[in-house]
Amino acid sequence: MASRPELQAPPEIFYNDDEARKYTSSSRIMDIQAKLSERAVELLALPDDDVPRLLLDIGCGSGLSGETLTENGHHWVGLDISPSMLDIAVEREVEGDLLLADMGQGLGFRPGVIDGAISISAVQWLCNADKSSHEPRMRLRAFFGSLYRCLARGARAVLQVYPENLAQRELILGFAMRAGFSGGVVVDYPHSTKMRKEYLVLTCGSPSLSSVTPNGKGEDGESCSDEDDSGDEENQSVSVSDRNRPRKKHKLNKKVKGRDWVLRKKEQMRRKGNAVPLDTKYTARKRKARF
Amino acid sequence: MRLVTHNMMSSNIKGVANGFPLLIEAAQVVEKEVDFNADFLKNIFARIEWKALVEASKTMGYSELLDNVESSMLDSEEFLRKFHHALLEIHLEEGALVCPETGRKFPITKGIPNMLLHEDECTVFVLTGHDLYHSCGTPGVLKALSIAVY
Ligand SMILES: C[S@@+](CC[C@H](N)C(=O)[O-])C[C@H]1O[C@@H](n2cnc3c(N)ncnc32)[C@H](O)[C@@H]1O
Repeated sequence: MASRPELQAPPEIFYNDDEARKYTSSSRIMDIQAKLSERAVELLALPDDDVPRLLLDIGCGSGLSGETLTENGHHWVGLDISPSMLDIAVEREVEGDLLLADMGQGLGFRPGVIDGAISISAVQWLCNADKSSHEPRMRLRAFFGSLYRCLARGARAVLQVYPENLAQRELILGFAMRAGFSGGVVVDYPHSTKMRKEYLVLTCGSPSLSSVTPNGKGEDGESCSDEDDSGDEENQSVSVSDRNRPRKKHKLNKKVKGRDWVLRKKEQMRRKGNAVPLDTKYTARKRKARF
Repeated sequence: MRLVTHNMMSSNIKGVANGFPLLIEAAQVVEKEVDFNADFLKNIFARIEWKALVEASKTMGYSELLDNVESSMLDSEEFLRKFHHALLEIHLEEGALVCPETGRKFPITKGIPNMLLHEDECTVFVLTGHDLYHSCGTPGVLKALSIAVY
């Protein structure tokens, strides 16, 4: 097994022209990244209404993960620190907009404007100090703080990560919670070394509404099609560490506000002259619990 | 980069109080057709800073957008088509984004803005005891780490 890329070089050096091309021409990698992205989109739990959303792909690389967003009908903005990876994304004519940016410096977006975010196999890079000026904790804090700010209330971020060890997972999750997110880690196929995948499923604000962390896959004999792990009985179990930790000031508001309340508020806002989305049958509709 | 993205972006240089909107220097603009979807436009309308969109699209050579709009116009197909075009079909290929407060330029090549900050432009956080507790759990190192800022 090759050692972790995170330990070899900073991401913008590791993902140079050669590596970026190798990465994006491996059908195995393409397949894995597509599956991870598909699962991330599922965990985003966007309203089931066929309305395209504006999403972020953090550490978008050559666009493999973003393509899944496009296939699901969404618009996206991808950001990555590696110019070589972005070059390939341009070459492959991805639909999303691309930014050369370092998530550890914080995301430069206006507050509350983004409908959701995914990140596939990227955030663990923040745990490494690649320059003497890098302090992982500060970079994690800048990243999660800015991510929380730019997401619309109730929006989710689903981050698939490869933490090196338990301490790293705690470090990442800890900073997510500190930023105000609620949620936890979803582990798919927890007992398989090859198929085990972790997703931080984070909800922005309103912890009472939709922040229950969904179950991992590999439950109730659900078959896992990957040949790598055929017949491994241990796969058939779930592990979810649920860390709903609303911040102190958030009073847990058990009573969910109903449609009438929402309509009334929207009307009030309209009278004040604010631009308010139209009322439709989807307004204040309950989310499906479909995990 | 399309104007939908531009409309959401904001300069995050240290100390900048109002980093929106980033000014546009357009050296090359291209148009690419995108499938029209009224639901997307209706859904995102409330989050668009309209004035910035009008200005930005003018800079890119498109001046069909009205200065003043209200949500009732979302019922007009003609309006939606123009909104769609400005938001999703005009790409800034070469040029720069400019921080409105500091004048710092972020160059755009092949449609990709380079938003990487220099070290002295990054916001400095003083990590609190809580941050440090989270990450290492040993109060012994708190003192040493709390001065590490960038
Ligand atoms: C394994 S690749 C995944 C790319 C893409 N998400 C996919 O699924 O194919 C990880 C990516 O994270 C990017 N990355 C690492 N650190 C980053 C940072 N601080 N800011 C932005 N991107 C980063 C790398 O440049 C690389 O393209």
